[in-house]
Amino acid sequence: MSDGTRDDKGASQSAEEAALSARLRSLGERLDQVGPGRTAKPGSASRASADMSGFARGMRLSAELVGGVAIGFILGWLLDRGLGTSPWGMIVFLLLGFVAGVLNVMRSAGVIKPGPLDGNRRNG
Amino acid sequence: MDDPIHQFEIVKYITLGHIGRHEIAVTNSALFMAVAVIGISLLLIGATARRSLVPGRWQSVAEMSYEFIADTINNTAGKEGMKFFPFVFSLFMFILFLNLIGLIPYSFTVTTHIVITASLALMVFLTVIVYGFWKNGLRFLKLFVPSGIPWYILPLVSAIEVLSFLSRPISHSVRLFANMLAGHITLKVFAGFIGLLGAWGFLGWIGAILPLGLTVALTALELLVAVLQAYVFAILTCIYLNDAIHPGH
Repeated sequence: MSDGTRDDKGASQSAEEAALSARLRSLGERLDQVGPGRTAKPGSASRASADMSGFARGMRLSAELVGGVAIGFILGWLLDRGLGTSPWGMIVFLLLGFVAGVLNVMRSAGVIKPGPLDGNRRNG
Repeated sequence: MDDPIHQFEIVKYITLGHIGRHEIAVTNSALFMAVAVIGISLLLIGATARRSLVPGRWQSVAEMSYEFIADTINNTAGKEGMKFFPFVFSLFMFILFLNLIGLIPYSFTVTTHIVITASLALMVFLTVIVYGFWKNGLRFLKLFVPSGIPWYILPLVSAIEVLSFLSRPISHSVRLFANMLAGHITLKVFAGFIGLLGAWGFLGWIGAILPLGLTVALTALELLVAVLQAYVFAILTCIYLNDAIHPGH
């Protein structure tokens, strides 16, 4: 009888342990499921910031080309007005301004290596 | 529908006097600039008045903005760039506050006027030129003479480099101005659609859900753009100042 109760006790203890280990396992599995999400969070955050910096870069590039052409236009116009060389100043400086604009875009996009104007942007 | 350009109108409040034939007046633009400056001062002075080792909410905002700009300068212009920290930090906070205040309904966005952004960009441009010549003398002109270029195309390349340098204040100012202007016009136009559709009755109100959702989404985007453009302005200032500090690398 007492043996039986002890057996019962032992059985119930082993059953409890089994239940406990099962709970532990399921908890571990759930943690594993949550875990990647947790570890992925910084990754997704960095991806978001990369998107943000990509957005910023796009914004920067759009104005670079306009700036180059605009300064060519302004200088050409001023030269023509001052020296009466119309239309040659405008033609030459618009072309030069366009080249400068393209150069600006390529530099800030990192397509060509940073020129002297950009100093040590990369390693600075 | 309300005129989407109407929000950018300059309104004179008090005329202070005249310089020559030019009227000097307190406008809504001046008012909101003053509000931004007062806001920045209150934030920074208030946040640092009661300093503690474990920063409170406001103190950590102030510390984060300080560290953010300090890191940006260190990464782009190096240690020597830190002498320009007050300049860059003031520019960043000023533009950030102007952009953010402009997002509040019925307020005025100062940075949608190219006069303001061009003045700020020219200030940076002139600082670069003056400091560059003061620190490096004529070596500053090496900026326009790339090394390793054959002599027969050197004049052409130099001319392009000079134009590229002169185009900086334009792209610097147009970027901020155009982004803010376009964003505010878009927001106004989409918000205007809600009223227009609503005038059609019940079906119109159902249809108006779409522009309403877009307006909410655009407001979030504008918040991002406001912060981003202030950051872009600051980082470009650092990059340009870097040329004045170390030319011809």
